[in-house]
Amino acid sequence: MIELKDISLAYAGRTGPVLALDGTSISVGKGEFAAVVGPSGCGKSTLMKLVTGLIKPTSGNVSVDGAPVHGPVKIAGMAFQNANLLPWRTVTENILLPLEIVEPYRSQFRAKKAEYRARVENLLEIVGLQGFGDRFPWELSGGMQQRASLCRSLIHEPKLLMLDEPFAALDAFTREELWCVLRDVWQRLNFTVVLVTHDLREAVFLADTIHVMSARPGRIIETRKVNFARPRDLDVCYEKDFTDTVQVLRHKIAEVRKA
Amino acid sequence: MNKQIESAAPWLFVVGLFVFWELACRLLSVPTIILPAPSAIFAAFQRFGGPIATNSFVTLWTTMAGFALSVVFGLILGLVVGWSRTIYRSFYPVMIGFNSIPKVAVVPILVMWFGIGEVPAILTAFLISFFPIVVNVATGLATIEPELEDVLRALGASKLDVMRKVGIPRSMPYFFGSLKVAITLAFVGTVVSETIAANKGIGFLMAQAGSNFQMPLVFAGLIALAIEGIVMYAATAWLEQRMTGWAFRSQGSAAA
Ligand SMILES: Nc1ncnc2c1ncn2[C@@H]1O[C@H](COP(=O)(O)OP(=O)(O)O)[C@@H](O)[C@H]1O
Ligand SMILES: [Mg+2]
Repeated sequence: MIELKDISLAYAGRTGPVLALDGTSISVGKGEFAAVVGPSGCGKSTLMKLVTGLIKPTSGNVSVDGAPVHGPVKIAGMAFQNANLLPWRTVTENILLPLEIVEPYRSQFRAKKAEYRARVENLLEIVGLQGFGDRFPWELSGGMQQRASLCRSLIHEPKLLMLDEPFAALDAFTREELWCVLRDVWQRLNFTVVLVTHDLREAVFLADTIHVMSARPGRIIETRKVNFARPRDLDVCYEKDFTDTVQVLRHKIAEVRKA
Repeated sequence: MNKQIESAAPWLFVVGLFVFWELACRLLSVPTIILPAPSAIFAAFQRFGGPIATNSFVTLWTTMAGFALSVVFGLILGLVVGWSRTIYRSFYPVMIGFNSIPKVAVVPILVMWFGIGEVPAILTAFLISFFPIVVNVATGLATIEPELEDVLRALGASKLDVMRKVGIPRSMPYFFGSLKVAITLAFVGTVVSETIAANKGIGFLMAQAGSNFQMPLVFAGLIALAIEGIVMYAATAWLEQRMTGWAFRSQGSAAA
């Protein structure tokens, strides 16, 4: 689904170029749940922008869904730490926003509005927000806003979901609730996920594969499969295998931070 | 009960102020030429009711005309300036420079160009009041959350799409908020221009009355100005509430 080969990327910083990524390669299979972890500032968000075609690599090749990336990929949904819902739109209208942008929905938007609304209703139910479609974002808690943001990133049935620290601003309980929401949508709708996170437990609980990045300039220094049986239950977080895996990753990150 | 007192308080305060003023003038026997008592001002209102009304109307419509120009040009220029960082950067110094010219200094030029009358007043009102609208609209556009822009751009949204769906609605509270400031400034602009060079308007009336030492009439003009100013401010504040209520309701309620 995603192939990055020998990518390097330099930003034009104020005091000369900043090398954010250097010799980064990563590959994510179709339907796979991949997690990317690494120290902050190592280029994780940059990686996300490269994959979605928002920026071009300085050198190297990016291909998504079998085709080289030259501009916005359009098959991806994105969600971030801030839900970024528009306060003048209801939850439903917020979730409809991508359909007003991306083809083929865009040109049929007026004609098929009822159908699209039904789709929103369906998604809201999957993430546990049924009945909240007519509320405004400010009437929702942070966790609920993040659920709505997840719906917005999924409404156009993307083949690829890019999540950049989506749960980082939530409290621990809400976060675990949303892990389960994400786990369930992913198992139901079968898209490919790239999840950037600081939370190693989150990565181990959700992902099939975990990629560890080095400090800037970022490259993938380790790729680790996680083989716990699915569907996973939150209880798995307290098993020895799980905590061991988290521990190993923790040491790895500590190492790269020192280096 | 408390609510009633609270809503009556501003009126009580105004009445109290006038009573105090009246008493102070009488007890200290302040000469009318220095500070006329409210009763004298009221008498002037009665005597010159006609001229005060017609001149107030002139001031009102010239202010509104200048304000309307500001809204149109301010909105357009704000959208243009907020559109891209490059335009923002290149326009900004010029705009700051322009805005820092005291507009009083421009009135004589306008009079040379357009003659004595309403046109210089309208243009002064416009020149003095469009800047805050431009800045506010541009700020609203320029401060779109970059992540939200990324979400849309990754879907293939054009700059125009982002502006239509996010930028423009988002800048509306900034726009309507700036109208309160702009209308006040437009009013100042009109009156300044009328005071310097005009043959109509409250500013003109006051300048005339002043040179004839008719202090009660000068103060009657002042009070007419205050009333007009309050009404126009209240109208734009009401409009702001009506148009962008969501911005008020959403404030500080984004609980995590
Ligand atoms: N637009 C930019 N201009 C210059 N430098 C940038 C820009 N965006 C990010 N950087 C730099 O590139 C590095 C990687 O950034 P980012 O991908 O956001 O890291 P992460 O998401 O892993 O925290 C950081 O050191 C950051 O300062
Ligand atoms: Mg980041």
